[in-house]
Amino acid sequence: MSNIKEIQEEVVDEFSMFDDWMQRYEYMIELGKSLPLIDDKYKIDENLIKGCQSKVWVHAELDDDKLVFTADSDAIITKGIVAILIRVFSNQHPSAIIEADTHFIDEIGLKEHLSPTRANGLVSMIKQLKMYAVAYQTQLN
Amino acid sequence: MNPVTKNITFDVAKIREDFPILKRKVNGYPLAYLDNAATSQTPKPVMDVIIDYYSNYNANIHRGVHSLSQEATDKYEQARIKIQKHFNAQKAHEIIFTSGTTHGINLVANGFSAILKEGDEILVSALEHHSNIVPWQMLCEKTGAILRVIPMNEEGELIYPAFEELISENTKMVFLNHVSNALGTVNPIEKIIKKAHSVDAAVLIDGAQAAPHIKADVQELDVDFYVASAHKMCGPTGVGVLYGKEEWLEKLPPYQGGGEMIDTVTFEKTTYAGLPHKFEAGTPNICGGIAFGAAIDYLNQIGFENIASSENDLLNYATKKLMEIDGMKIYGVSKNKTAVISFNIEGLHPYDIGTLLDKMGIAVRTGHHCAQPIMDFYRIPGTVRASFSFYNTKGEVERFIEALKKAKSMLS
Repeated sequence: MSNIKEIQEEVVDEFSMFDDWMQRYEYMIELGKSLPLIDDKYKIDENLIKGCQSKVWVHAELDDDKLVFTADSDAIITKGIVAILIRVFSNQHPSAIIEADTHFIDEIGLKEHLSPTRANGLVSMIKQLKMYAVAYQTQLN
Repeated sequence: MNPVTKNITFDVAKIREDFPILKRKVNGYPLAYLDNAATSQTPKPVMDVIIDYYSNYNANIHRGVHSLSQEATDKYEQARIKIQKHFNAQKAHEIIFTSGTTHGINLVANGFSAILKEGDEILVSALEHHSNIVPWQMLCEKTGAILRVIPMNEEGELIYPAFEELISENTKMVFLNHVSNALGTVNPIEKIIKKAHSVDAAVLIDGAQAAPHIKADVQELDVDFYVASAHKMCGPTGVGVLYGKEEWLEKLPPYQGGGEMIDTVTFEKTTYAGLPHKFEAGTPNICGGIAFGAAIDYLNQIGFENIASSENDLLNYATKKLMEIDGMKIYGVSKNKTAVISFNIEGLHPYDIGTLLDKMGIAVRTGHHCAQPIMDFYRIPGTVRASFSFYNTKGEVERFIEALKKAKSMLS
């Protein structure tokens, strides 16, 4: 099982293969389509992330000492972004999630290429994932 | 500059030279700015006025005896007269400078809190922007008045017979927009004002979306209040106008206390200045007001008939082209609408479409357009909204359509 840093490097490598924005977005859309859906019972207002123009639901649960995220969005590009975040952060120990830095987002050009409202949404998503990690870390202790 | 020139040759290429921003690139593509209902772009003659103000006569107004202050005061008051003439107000002091439409609405709503009593009724339309809903809800909470809503139909038009049923002797005020920001529908305000006056209700028209396209004549409309924003009329942000009939403005209490709005001040009693200063507390947006006047000159020089006909051509062309796209659903299909197209493509989220259009240099608005009740009516989270101005071209419409088709194929 790769750690967060290794997965981030993989993602950065994948994105470096694209020559233009269109390929980058096509890839994100593909990722969005492949995102395993969240169980409908978790698509509730309490799981909605604020700060996104589109709706994003995130659910977290512990599997032994690993935190597993599932998520969904009503917009496909947002879903692609969520898919990348889940690939990086899901199935990791909460302490690793809390400590993880997120420079890879700049490196894959997401922050720079997304609109300010979207970038805010991205920031909110990461914040939410880390908050879950903090909550479950307390439980593990 | 002749403010009433009409039917001059309309040359869009020449007009575009006045707008430096239209030459820029966005994400490597030439900008196609189709978000004019949110804010319009600023032409050079208006920018020149702003530079001239700060270069030559920046000073506080209405107080100083020195020459700069006098010059600034003269220009500011000339701008007021330009706005008065543009809207055909009877008197210059019926024109109140505001920070924008929202400020104007709040000023009137606040004034009515002293007039309304429990059980009085306020009618608003289902087509309102949040800024024309929230102040009235607050007013109702404060006074015990009741807010009633004039419903809309599938086409995005107000249902006039329902309005006739709602209005009664209890109705004290009617508030609606001249043009809906989310859908572009032009409301039948003449009929509504007449009917409201038959029960002695006051009428405030939100002209924010209409003013860039339609030259409203407040005397002919016999409207009590009319509000608009400069930044949708090729002027700067942070300045707008409230027109109010003299008798109403005299009746309403001041909105904010401060300098400019007083006559005499002692600790026992302050007497308020006359109109319009009673409503213009503090140092106003002097430069903005003067630039607003220049923007009105600019629009009149192009001519509102030219503006209407060119925008109407763009609207018809874009509507026809959009309808050729599979799964297209346009919201707001009134025969009487401005150059605004709110739409969705079946199965696609407006935000995805907006994001990809932006990548191709096309600026549109996505979301609920501050008009959630309309979105709830259609049971949708939002729409993509393209809104055209006289400086847009058919070429830009074509690029927009091509980019939309590309986005659709990427997302499907």
